[in-house]
Amino acid sequence: MLPPAPALVTTAGGFLLVLSIVVPVAGVLLAFALGERYVRQVASTVVPVGLAIAVAVLVLLPRSDGHLVYLLGAWPPPLGVALRADGLSAVMLATTAVVICAVAIFAATDFRPQSVEARAPFAFWILLLAIWGALNTIFVAGDLFTLYVALELLTFAAVPLVSLDGRAETLRAALRYLLFALLGSVLYLMGTALLYGIYGTLDIELLSHRVSADSGVLIAAALMTTGLLAKTALFPLHLWLPPAHAGAPAAASAILSALVVKGSFFILVRLWFDVMPGLPGLAAAQLLAALGTGAIVFGSVVALRQERLKLLIAYSTLAQIGYLFLMFPLAFGASGKLESDQALAGGLLQAVSHATAKAAMFMAVGSIYTGLGHDRITGLRGVARALPLSVLAFAVGGIALMGVQPSGASLAKELLLQDTARTGQWWWAVVLQAGGMFTTAYVVLVLSHAFAPSDQPITLIGPAPLSRDLAALALALCSLFLGLLPWDSYLPVPYDATSKLFGIDALSKLLLPVLGGAALAILLSPWPHPLGSSAAWKALMRVVGPLRRGCLGFGSLIERGDEVLRQWSAAGISLLLVSLLLAASMFAAN
Amino acid sequence: MSAVTVFGLCAAAAVGLGLYGLIANPQPLRKIIAFNLLGSGVFLLFGIVGRRGAAAGFGNDPVPQALVITGVVVAFSATALAIALLLRLFQIAGSTTLNSRAAASPRSDPSGH
Amino acid sequence: MNIATVFEIALAAVVLGLAIWTIAVPDTYSATVGFIAYGLLVALIWVRLDAVDVALTEAAIGGGLGGVVLLGAAARLRDTEAMTTEGPSLIVRLSAAILSASIAAALAVTILLLPDPAPTLAPSVVANAGATGMTNPVTNVLMAFRGMDTMLEKVVLLLAIVGVWSLASDQAWGGRPGPRHQADPNGVLAFLARLLPPAGIVVGIYILWTGADHPGGAFQGGAVLASMWLLVIMAGLVDTPPVRSRWLRLILVGGPGLFLAVGLGGLCFGAAFLAYPVAFAKPLILSIEVAMLLTIATTLGLLLAGAPERSAER
Repeated sequence: MLPPAPALVTTAGGFLLVLSIVVPVAGVLLAFALGERYVRQVASTVVPVGLAIAVAVLVLLPRSDGHLVYLLGAWPPPLGVALRADGLSAVMLATTAVVICAVAIFAATDFRPQSVEARAPFAFWILLLAIWGALNTIFVAGDLFTLYVALELLTFAAVPLVSLDGRAETLRAALRYLLFALLGSVLYLMGTALLYGIYGTLDIELLSHRVSADSGVLIAAALMTTGLLAKTALFPLHLWLPPAHAGAPAAASAILSALVVKGSFFILVRLWFDVMPGLPGLAAAQLLAALGTGAIVFGSVVALRQERLKLLIAYSTLAQIGYLFLMFPLAFGASGKLESDQALAGGLLQAVSHATAKAAMFMAVGSIYTGLGHDRITGLRGVARALPLSVLAFAVGGIALMGVQPSGASLAKELLLQDTARTGQWWWAVVLQAGGMFTTAYVVLVLSHAFAPSDQPITLIGPAPLSRDLAALALALCSLFLGLLPWDSYLPVPYDATSKLFGIDALSKLLLPVLGGAALAILLSPWPHPLGSSAAWKALMRVVGPLRRGCLGFGSLIERGDEVLRQWSAAGISLLLVSLLLAASMFAAN
Repeated sequence: MSAVTVFGLCAAAAVGLGLYGLIANPQPLRKIIAFNLLGSGVFLLFGIVGRRGAAAGFGNDPVPQALVITGVVVAFSATALAIALLLRLFQIAGSTTLNSRAAASPRSDPSGH
Repeated sequence: MNIATVFEIALAAVVLGLAIWTIAVPDTYSATVGFIAYGLLVALIWVRLDAVDVALTEAAIGGGLGGVVLLGAAARLRDTEAMTTEGPSLIVRLSAAILSASIAAALAVTILLLPDPAPTLAPSVVANAGATGMTNPVTNVLMAFRGMDTMLEKVVLLLAIVGVWSLASDQAWGGRPGPRHQADPNGVLAFLARLLPPAGIVVGIYILWTGADHPGGAFQGGAVLASMWLLVIMAGLVDTPPVRSRWLRLILVGGPGLFLAVGLGGLCFGAAFLAYPVAFAKPLILSIEVAMLLTIATTLGLLLAGAPERSAER
């Protein structure tokens, strides 16, 4: 979180923040000007430089008292715009750089500049660099309007990636994404206008000192929160995400799921924790977490019912986004004031783990798709033998996401669970465990199909370049070992949290989610199972038959509900309802 | 009834109308028009805020004006991108509906159990 | 209740009436026309609010070019829009109406309850105007105090171009956007396309030049230049340029590129990124604005022209 002393002076090393924005932007301009033949080379030059800058920020931050500041144009706020980086920014800058590096290596073979199909590589590499620049701006900008421009930049860069292959469904998904995202940005802008009208500044640091529980401020907070929820695709505003993420090319889906949705989430965290610390109140936070729970249930159940692997992962992104929002009520204490930093650390850690693991999973699925020619889950038999590295990458990513120690997800879950005990909000502990079980469920489902032996050997129809799978595997391993990194210099993580990750105690905590997940996978997935013909399976089915039928019925009900909610008018009405409910709960708490 | 009150209420009404149009109109082109209406309402909101901040010899605070100019350009490019997507969709699919049944449920029914 | 207030109330009423009509009318083409009229009247509202720079931008880009792009789409989609019979049910429309009205009401109440005296940054903008030597405060804010936002917005424009171009089919990649327009060489359109552009170009450049001290600037001037270019294209006098043209791409990148270069110069040799040395501030800013003018004019024109549709050989 931002330091208490007003930081209105440029610090040494603050120029790194400028470079983190300027380098990708310069890459975009250069790539555009140089043309189709040199796009990939420009990108391959920019990626290492950007990575170096992110590492430099990480190294410099603890030596700079935990924050870096840069005044653009040497104009101090409120007149000018300041760039500020604290631990959260540094962590997100580094995560973005690492994921983009891995995706760039993965996509290098897919989007090679050629004379015949020059359109897709040209667009892809420029959009990738633009997304990077936009995200870096979001992580370091200290002004609400600069954040708005960065948000629009992010949307404009993400939308064409969805429709890159030019088919009708992806065009439709892209248009839906664009329109809903624009609705979100306009709501955000409305809140910004109100805040300027009340306080005369849009600087985050200055606002945090001046803001109070005015009725206008609460309405602005409700509008901005709703707009950002629409861009983050939190249930019930998720209509655009599954078709968009499933229809994009694999490298693009990885970026969209891992990074793009985290941008608006980060702004929301800044809003709730830095611009108006704790002002929205515990009731509104509970509402956010309730919506998150809805996301976990709907996303996971519908994911388990999917036939195609890419759609399963897209729906699982929905569930993981819901998981992120559980941190909000846990940060509030019993008094209704913002108390705990630990929940903030847990939420950010979960975001970082999800970013790395999900990108790895999408990349692995991309390899499988190019290898097999399809991504039907039931047709995955024997793929573990045919494409071992891709399946390994998927497995490691899935395990990391499940919360196996020492992954980042397990550390995040530990931090959040500690906060549920501290604040007495036991119901969120139930949701956290359920979320872990659901994640296990779909990972187990896919892996059981992939590892099942097939009758005939699988013939691969496409090339399997090693670099793609290695990039995915490296990213997945990052996610798996995230819990071991020294987080306490950057995030408010208690010093001894990492040591609790190992030991018998930790392993026993793992047993419940794994067993529960396996049970959920059996009960909720309607597709034929690879073990379906064995005698043990048939015996099991006789025992749990009626229960399974009931669960499948429940599942189809949820799926139908999801289809209704993904109609434009239903989503629009949900949007308006969410904003009014948020406003009401904020007023009630103040 | 000052200019600020009159145009402020006008801005709020434009926002409400834009929201309604964006949600209730099924055709994407009408949604885009409603989005522009919504955007112009929000920009008018900035204008009201700027008018109330008139000082130092200027009738309107320059900072919200600059923000609105940036916003208008961004809104225009958003409209242009959306319309390009819409026209390409029409070119390929022959219709422009967003809620097509074929696109809403990409999964086929499971074989019987 | 003096005459000014009566005028304002009448203006607001007409604007709201147009807005309601735009949303409610069944035919899309009429809605587009209504929106263009709405945009032009909103520009009048901006003049009443003493924000002439914004009025110029709204008239040129918001209502003007925005209206043109909507009109073009409405014309191309005319037949399909008439065929669409699906519409949301009464319940949906009613709930949407009630909820939108509640949000509008909350917004109205907040506007009425804004604090008095209102906080403002106008005095500090005026106090710091000496740094750039220009007296138009809006230009100062756009180019100096909040230069980062303007530069990022240029990149947003470029990305919109990349997005629009990426919608081309693979065969048409690199080709010319939009259809080849034909117009009667003796008709009104061709006549206007020969008559207006010379005057329009002078007006556009003038708006840029005078933006330093009076209302105006690169965006408004660029919009005027773009509309002159589009007029000439629509009359069939010139064809759209092929998107793979190196010159075109350099012009599109020129505005943000120069801005970035000057900013980096400030980072390496000056006080800070995007800080201008006081001695050279005005010439530097004006040169950036000239580059921006060309970039904005080309970008706005190309955004309207659409995705490449014809390969460049023909």
